Amino acid sequence: MTVDARNFNGPQIRGDLRLAAEMIAPGTRVLDVGCGEGELLSYLVHHKDVDGRGMELSQSGVNSCVRHGLSVIQGDADNDLADYPSDAFDYVVLSQTLQATRKPREVLHHLVRIGKHAIVSFPNFGHWRIRLGLLLGGRIPDTALLPYPWYETPNIHLCTIRDFVALCAEEGITVERGISLDRHGRPYQRGLANLMAEQGLFLLSRKA
Amino acid sequence: MGTATPISARNADSAKRPGYRLTVAEPLALDSGVKLGPTTIAYQTYGTLNAAKSNAILVCHALTGDQYVAEPHPVTGKPGWWDILVGPGKVLDTNRYFLICANVLGGCMGSTGPGEIDPRTGKSWGLTFPVFTIGDMVRAQVKLLDHLGIQQLFCVTGGSMGGMQVLQWAASYPERVFAAVPIATAARHSAQNIAFHEVGRQAIMADPDWCGGAYQAQNRNPSRGLAVARMAAHITYLSEQALHRKFGRNLQDRNALTFGFDADFQVENYLRHQGISFVERFDANSYLYMTRACDYFDLAAEHGGALANAFKGTRSRFCVISFTSDWLYPTAESREVVHALNAAAANVSFVEVATDKGHDAFLLDEPEFHATLRGFLDGCAQHRGLPAG
Repeated sequence: MTVDARNFNGPQIRGDLRLAAEMIAPGTRVLDVGCGEGELLSYLVHHKDVDGRGMELSQSGVNSCVRHGLSVIQGDADNDLADYPSDAFDYVVLSQTLQATRKPREVLHHLVRIGKHAIVSFPNFGHWRIRLGLLLGGRIPDTALLPYPWYETPNIHLCTIRDFVALCAEEGITVERGISLDRHGRPYQRGLANLMAEQGLFLLSRKA
Repeated sequence: MGTATPISARNADSAKRPGYRLTVAEPLALDSGVKLGPTTIAYQTYGTLNAAKSNAILVCHALTGDQYVAEPHPVTGKPGWWDILVGPGKVLDTNRYFLICANVLGGCMGSTGPGEIDPRTGKSWGLTFPVFTIGDMVRAQVKLLDHLGIQQLFCVTGGSMGGMQVLQWAASYPERVFAAVPIATAARHSAQNIAFHEVGRQAIMADPDWCGGAYQAQNRNPSRGLAVARMAAHITYLSEQALHRKFGRNLQDRNALTFGFDADFQVENYLRHQGISFVERFDANSYLYMTRACDYFDLAAEHGGALANAFKGTRSRFCVISFTSDWLYPTAESREVVHALNAAAANVSFVEVATDKGHDAFLLDEPEFHATLRGFLDGCAQHRGLPAG
């Protein structure tokens, strides 16, 4: 379920992935849901000694990962997370994919059930550019992180950072850490996150 | 434990075929309750076992395969059935790995089977041979590994019926399997597959030369029945697209229909050739028994109905591979195995290869399949501490 273009060139990994990687303790068990071509997974396996597994919707992504020695299966967040037993992983990562799931709430519950922690990132639909685009242009926003026309976007469940935090509170999911990011995946720390940040990145866990 | 004798490559006489034979004195306790012994396991090896005995790959052959994986077949002279994958520098690199392939229990290339002599009677077993299972095939292979002193296989792999043995190995002897690659297979035989096998068996048994299974004693061979069984089965190994691509409705060495039952069409001629060449090298009773073993295979049933229980606590690394046009063991069957492995929190990769070549794709030149297998094995070799290739 790769939604955004992942411009992966060389050992540098995409900003939000690097920040996600920083949240992951070395030597742990990690499941990357929607792992694409294995950018994060490969980094974690080679630089953080992680026991990493991946799940990816596109068969070409899966095949590429396996060819590079990564353990990846074809599957998607909506259908295939239910198979995994509870606490099977230390971290389950879902990056830039939540908004493309059919049942984001159920997916979130599976993430914190399967993993002791979940790391979730998504494009912030509350960003001022999106708000302004709709207000002034009257058209569905077309941004770097959400580049699809309305009739063929895979992003069917968009939310704002505030929406996401509210859902976690309602569902009894603990937000251990939240980071706002700009479009390049750099931390954005100047306040008014829901208006100014283009992405949210969260470290979650089940309520004890 | 047993004795292995190298056999010189001379002629097609079973005792003189290339490869090795291990005789195990201690009887095998079969799933049927029968104790079978002594048993002979005919096997072939390629490459060199390292000092730590950590580089062994067991290749499990399919229904009509045998131990001649990567060398000319002693009966037909054709190249080994996995020649494309096995050899120096190839995906199953004999410079790095020590490959073992044993003729399955019940086979007809030197291992104990219905075509061999029952030592108690001095006559060939025929239908007095006990019905055996995929689990029994694996039990025999375990004896071979014990004999070779290999505690843990680096990898066990195979397609189709070979893939069933891979799954059985992983379920029954997880500590002896570092990595498992089941290809184009399933954790149980579907009703459709049992149905096709039954057609094949009935074709054999309907041949008057079958003689109730005692054809050897009467110096006859149900070759017509076996050829028909092979023809029917061969269709299931291909795909509609592949048949169309290869033959279409093309006529065989003629310009017009003959208004008769000669092989007018190329596809008929091809199937007849497949049938005829098969009977040269295969034993009809072996075919009956081995198809039965596949039909009986149901790994979930052995584990209280839940396939995940078969892999509980496994530390083996899995790579499940299927092919899009395989309608004999469709991807959905592989996916069930993957779901069960996930439920057991196993380390699993799963790749579906896009091809129009049907079930037989696992034997053919499929670059994506080969690249996947190579990548998976390289990753495993690194984890196992084997030197890079």
